[in-house]
Amino acid sequence: MQFGIFTVGDVTPDPTNGRVPSERERIKAMVTIALKAEEVGLDVFATGEHHNPPFVPSSPTTMLGYIAARTSRLILSTATTLITTNDPVKIAEDYAMLQHLADGRVDLMLGRGNTGPVYPWFGQDIRNAIPLTFHNYDLLRRLWREDVVDWQGRFRAPLQSFTSTPRPLDGVPPFVWHGAIRSPEVAELAAYYGDGFFANHIFWPKEHTQRMVELYRTRFAHYGHGSPEQAIVGLGGQVFMRKNSQDAVREFRPYFDNAPVYGHGPSLEEFTARTPLTVGSPQQVIDRTLTFREYVGDYQRQLFLVDHAGLPLKTVLEQLDILGEEVVPVLRREFDALRPAHVPDAPTHASLKAARDAAAAGGSDPDARPAGGATAGVGNR
Amino acid sequence: MSRRRLAVVSAGLRVPSSTRLLADRIVEATSDELSRRGFEVDLGVVEVREHAHDVVNHLATGFPSESLQAALDLVAGADGLVAVTPIFNASYSGLFKSFFDVLGERTLVDRPVLIAATGGTVRHSLALEHALRPMFSYLRAAVVPTAVFAAPEDWGGGDAQGSLRRRIERAAGELAAEVARREPARPADPYALTATFEQLLSGEGTDQG
Repeated sequence: MQFGIFTVGDVTPDPTNGRVPSERERIKAMVTIALKAEEVGLDVFATGEHHNPPFVPSSPTTMLGYIAARTSRLILSTATTLITTNDPVKIAEDYAMLQHLADGRVDLMLGRGNTGPVYPWFGQDIRNAIPLTFHNYDLLRRLWREDVVDWQGRFRAPLQSFTSTPRPLDGVPPFVWHGAIRSPEVAELAAYYGDGFFANHIFWPKEHTQRMVELYRTRFAHYGHGSPEQAIVGLGGQVFMRKNSQDAVREFRPYFDNAPVYGHGPSLEEFTARTPLTVGSPQQVIDRTLTFREYVGDYQRQLFLVDHAGLPLKTVLEQLDILGEEVVPVLRREFDALRPAHVPDAPTHASLKAARDAAAAGGSDPDARPAGGATAGVGNR
Repeated sequence: MSRRRLAVVSAGLRVPSSTRLLADRIVEATSDELSRRGFEVDLGVVEVREHAHDVVNHLATGFPSESLQAALDLVAGADGLVAVTPIFNASYSGLFKSFFDVLGERTLVDRPVLIAATGGTVRHSLALEHALRPMFSYLRAAVVPTAVFAAPEDWGGGDAQGSLRRRIERAAGELAAEVARREPARPADPYALTATFEQLLSGEGTDQG
């Protein structure tokens, strides 16, 4: 199982002292957080993509390329890449480029973003969010899988004899997660292609996440990628930890009460009861995180949000130390012990390449879609 | 015997509430009429005041508490709705509006709705026509023609009382008729796929309006 962190990249004032980091400070802090994630033994760093203040990460592959050069093991990902308003041609090029630079330590999560005006700013219409997702992803897949593409569609200029360069590393496109909060159509998209499904999870009650993941798993099996429990699921979660849970609550409360995403609604207690937010001791975070599999099944990737609500960098780095030293090693052991053998790991570049080579040796087409048979999702990509 | 469910959304703030009193009389008249037509009636009541904080929290965070979810489900599953608000500043109360703001936008499509209001003076009565009716029309509800307004004098004796009773009976009859001629409501499943993959890929099957 993979563990990592995802960051929204918001510039939020620290409510305890009013301090607002500069954009430069925040961008550098995100890099520091990513490097720390590798140092403490986490597997994944994923950055958001936004095109409006107070968010800084408009250019994910620039940041991830820089982080790639300073890490050796960390998987670089996104949360999320806007499949609606980005040109799929540019996504194909940018992430293939990043694959080469990062020696394959790249995957990405596609999503729709949260700000209405981004659509018109990029010449699109928010009411087309779902058609844009399906259309653009179809083109993105072809650009990565076909050397020469002729294409015509509703949302961008036609392509004749177009080759997206560089070609994906080793001819293996990056693994794609489809992130969704509330669109069942996105679960269907992920299921159809046998891609990963990432349930945002963090601002929603578990009953909701359970239904979305259940839909994805059912449709994954329907399209012949394996049994429902072999589908590739990721979850978000957000935590704040101190040795003693009372200290965690006392320290985090002013951040919760004032953060744009949390504050002035339900109390910290109500919010933690209804969402994955866990504020307490490392043991409480371990116990809570283990309950996630009770309603989504065995899953492959857990990403934590730790740099939220205006917390200072020093505090975030302390959180990462606790995650790496006390929480994730226990979670790895516990989740691994609970997971049946036929449930696959999250695909990586190496596993996808091996599956592709094995399929080629066996004479079958690894990209056949939908795939038949009852092999694991990894083998069917 | 066929069953139908009636829901009441009452946005009065005081206890006892004249808004709730009006709601009860309307729903009683509607139930009687449905019984005469051979239906068994299940009744559910949402007192919006009991969900006041949860409604605001839902607006702020995007998800309902469990008890608010139960109230929203009750409305979504109703075959007929009686919606009653006090009139504040020439319109529905903010809390009444907020409750419907967190109800899914398509929940009330083609659902029979009776609108009613209470106010400190009869001069507020047209708020039903310029505030409530347009809101429910936007939600594509089937709002019955007669709206019921109760001013303080309507609770007194004499002709005023008879007039309120007649308006309630007329409106309740209209609501009962709309409920009776429809199949039982089947609330939409937010997790259900409504289009095939091919339709989604071609851009059909998604509501772009």
